[in-house]
Parts: sequence; C-alpha cells; structure tokens
Amino acid sequence: MAKGKKLGLKERYALMTRGLDWETSYQPMDAVFPYDHYEGIKIKDWDGWADPFRLTMDAYWKYQAEKERKLYAILDAFQQNNGQLNISEARYLSAVKLWLQGITPLEYAAHRGFAHAGRAFRGAGARIACQMQSLDELRHAQTQLHAFSHYNKFFHGFHGFAHMRDRAWYLSIPKSFFEDAMTAGPFEFVTSISFAFEYVLTNLLFMPFVSGAAYNGDMATTTFGFSAQSDESRHMTLGLEVVKFMLQQHEDNVPIVQAWLDKWFWRGYRLLGLVGTMMDYMLPKKVMSWQEAWGIYWEENGIALFHDLARYGIRLPKHHEVAAKEKHRLTHEMWLTLYQYGNALSLHTWIPDDAELDWMSEKYGASFDERYRPRLVYLREREQRGERYFNNRLPMVCQVCQIPVFYTEPDDPLVQCVRIVEAGGTKHHCCSDGCADIFRREPEKYVQALLPPQQIYRGEAGGARDIWEYAAWLHLEKDVDTGEYRGSPDQQHWAQWQQAHKATPADAA
Amino acid sequence: MADKVFIALQNNADAQPIILAIAADNPEAVVVESPGMVKIDCPGRLVIRRASIEAQIGRDFDLQELHLNLISLGGNIDEDDDEFVLSWQR
Repeated sequence: MAKGKKLGLKERYALMTRGLDWETSYQPMDAVFPYDHYEGIKIKDWDGWADPFRLTMDAYWKYQAEKERKLYAILDAFQQNNGQLNISEARYLSAVKLWLQGITPLEYAAHRGFAHAGRAFRGAGARIACQMQSLDELRHAQTQLHAFSHYNKFFHGFHGFAHMRDRAWYLSIPKSFFEDAMTAGPFEFVTSISFAFEYVLTNLLFMPFVSGAAYNGDMATTTFGFSAQSDESRHMTLGLEVVKFMLQQHEDNVPIVQAWLDKWFWRGYRLLGLVGTMMDYMLPKKVMSWQEAWGIYWEENGIALFHDLARYGIRLPKHHEVAAKEKHRLTHEMWLTLYQYGNALSLHTWIPDDAELDWMSEKYGASFDERYRPRLVYLREREQRGERYFNNRLPMVCQVCQIPVFYTEPDDPLVQCVRIVEAGGTKHHCCSDGCADIFRREPEKYVQALLPPQQIYRGEAGGARDIWEYAAWLHLEKDVDTGEYRGSPDQQHWAQWQQAHKATPADAA
Repeated sequence: MADKVFIALQNNADAQPIILAIAADNPEAVVVESPGMVKIDCPGRLVIRRASIEAQIGRDFDLQELHLNLISLGGNIDEDDDEFVLSWQR
C-alpha cells in the first residue's frame, strides 16, 4: 500500500467525529434526540461545535492507557513500600475520608450524567466529548477507590462510604449538588458540571488541595489527583466550549445561560466550603490558605474567564461579591460546625495546635484573632478538661445547598444568615441570598429536597432517637470512626507506628 | 494589563523540557512551583511549540502528549500539529 500523506490534526478530527455521524432517516431527528430543545436553547448549526483539543477516540484510548499505566505503577509502589507511614500525620486522613465519602460518589454520578447528556445531544462533536468525559469520570471513581483502599487496611472511617452516601447528613451536601444537575436538561447539566464546577471551581480542589496532599506525603492521593486533573483540563475545555457554543448560536440563549451560571457558581461555591476547610484545617502541613487560593483561582483566573465571555453579553455571576466578603471566614465557620457535629461524621475533628493557629493568624489577620482564635482556644481548653464539646442535636440545613444554616451575614460576621422562602404556603429555610434566589427560580424543584435532619426526626433513619443511634445506623462506631482525633484509635496507632519506625534492633532486644 | 492565561503541569521529569520550552518561547511567562506541580502564568497569550520541545528532547513529539502531564489550564485553546495556544480574546 502506498504511504499517503499523514492527515493533520484538524482534518483527522473532522473525519473521525462529524465524518462518522449521520442523519437518521427511519425516524425524524427530533424524535431521536427529544431532550436537546426543551430547555429553550436554540441551535442553528451543530457543526459550529469543535473540541479545541481535537481529540479523537483512538488518541483518547492511547493517552488514557498511558495515564493508567503510570498511575498503577505508582499505586503499586505506594502499597508495597508502606506509603501510609509517610504521610504527615494520621489526622491528615480526615481530608482523604471526606474525599472518599463526598467526592468519589460524585465522580460516579458524573459518569452517569455525562452518559445521559451525551446521548441527548444531536451534534457528534458534543456527543463524543461527553462520551469521553463519562469514561473519565468512571476511571476517577475507580482509581480513587483503589488508592484509598490501602488506607482502609490501617485506619478507621473508610469502610462505609457507599452505605453512607444516601444516609449521612453531611454527604447530602455533595449528593444534592449532583442530583440537582442530573435532574436538569442536558445543556444545563453540562453548563453546571463542565463549566461552572470544573472550569470555574475544581481548580481549587485539584490544584492547591492535591498539591497539599503532595506536601503531606500522600503519594496515593497526589498521583490519582493529578492524573484525574489531566482529564479535567479536557472537561473544562468542553465546559467553555459548550457555553461559547450556546452563546454564539442564538442571542435568546444568553439570558438562559446567564441564569445557569448564576445558579451553578453559587452552588459550586457553597460546596467548595468543604474543600476550603480541608485545606485550612485538615492538612497538618499547609500549602496555601483558602483565602489565597480563592484569590488566585477565582479572583484572577475565574474572573479572567468572565471578562472573556463579556463579548457575548455575559456578566459576572450574581453574589460573587458575597464570596469575596466571606473568604476570610468561610472555613473557620465551617470547621467549627463540623467540630460540634463530629459525633456523626466518619472522620475525626480537632482543634489545631498553636503553630497552626499562628499560621491562620498570619494568613487571616485581625478578623481571625478577634473572632475565631478565641473560640478555638476555648474549645481546646474544654477538651483538655475532659469536656469535649459536641452539639448533640441535629442542625437545620439549607433547603438548596443542604449545608447547616450557620454562615453569617455578608456584612455582619456576628449575625447568623437565614433567608426564609415560601412555596405553596410552606416556609423553607435557606443559608444565603444565593440559595434563596435558586429556590425562588424553581420552587417546585427544591420543595422536593430530602433533608436528612427532617427524615431522621421522622424516624426514617432506622428509628434512631438520638445522634448516637443515628451514627450507629450509619455503621459508625462511636469514638472510633467518629469524634475527637486526640485519643482516637487512629491517633494511638499512628503514635505506636512512628515509635516502632524509629526503634532500632537494640531497643527490641 | 491583559488577563493572565495559565497552564499547570506535573512537576516530573517528563514535564521539564516542556516547561523549559514554554519559558523560552514566552518571555513574559512566570513559572511558579508548588509541591508536585508547576503553574505557568502569562499575560494574554501563551504558546507551546512542538519544535521547541523537540529541540529539548531530541525526538519527535506529538503535542497531544501534553495530556499525560497536564494538570489544568485557563484560556481559550487553539491547537494544531505545530502549536498549542492559550489566549483570552479582548
């Protein structure tokens, strides 16, 4: 066979995506793709869509296989060399437990969501990009479970993530986020996950937090984290592409897209309160504060993206200024909440030591010293007296984001922020104007939200009558999987292993 | 000043020639190292040239190999066989 000229990237992409597509003839296209117009998005020409990476399926398999080979070689080395002993401290693993319980199930949900969205789009370019993302997300769920399974052999709290996903009060925060997206139409789904969540926000999870995992010696999380993020770059690009595509296709799409960006910026930001708390509180060795990360990844990189979209008539998402007002206190308010409800979490909580408090004073300045440091010191003194504080009741959670209603007013950090919304004669509580706006736009959707505290009080948690029975129903062992870190079995084992590691043969003799 | 585009790569041996090539081809680029990763910021536009990477590594390079060590990026992408460009259009 004569050797022909090798095709260029752009030609190859055109032939291997749109070139393989066809118009249906036995059934009209509208019947084959019934879900890509009911949201009101008008598409004049699906060929206007192109993946800027121009990745074809054959190249996709080739590079994904290479990533997997690299990742599993490192995971093998991590397991064979007792990598669990090289982390900074056992309490670091609270962040890893929260990742396993809260984020890994989202990866699986994303796998399902993108399979569904991909099927719904009639343009081949969009369909193939969604197919790749669906496969990526399944890979992320699997590689995370493989990586974390090694920690499960040595530490408590890793055992019940699948059981807890539909039962634990704090896991309804990430779960409800994704279920909100998955019950929307395909355009809103891709806008919410690929654009608002992945492009605008997941840099905060996969960059400063995973870099923090590297700094804390967690080879497993660093490796799958950066391996996953190499896929996220493609997802972010899909997200930006779908948003630009909608905006270019018809001016009527602009207000619809803007409303989605407003909604999903706020929902994503609320979810990231947990990630910020992982960075500021759960990493014993700290790389960057939440406030600094927000400055780099939202105020610099995120806002640059919105400047770029201004030419289509898109403005910054509503309530972004509230996020700016909250950035010096978000994680402190969140940690104090997790700390007091720590008897129903499958991870440990604690009060940071003095060196960490000094780091926070340096990073957050006077507001931390005035408002949060004294509270943290007070709680630590109580704990040292043997009066570790737990709030033995259930929190009231926001009807939209499902985070307990504990954040404070944007302009007054001493007043709790509560917004009451009404639908069908019933009152519902929201944590913020951002969440109240989301509720008012689609009240018929959010009145259906299943709120864990209400369900527990109704007896739906195996008839649990108090928080300890509820924790047992989650398969959590009191003061083993849950509660204070200091004195926990994880902490005691860690101390023994560190001592054994330092011991010489002469010590043993 | 133009908004910054960025690219972040894993800080491993494979990425070093790519980082060197980017720094050489983009005089305004700022390379910031963090544990495990390198983030490169550049005002307005950043270009990655296949030929520059090939000169560093002494073998053929396919720009799609970038995917193996890529962590994240910010900017509109325009990629062909010879160049990978990130830019904000103002």
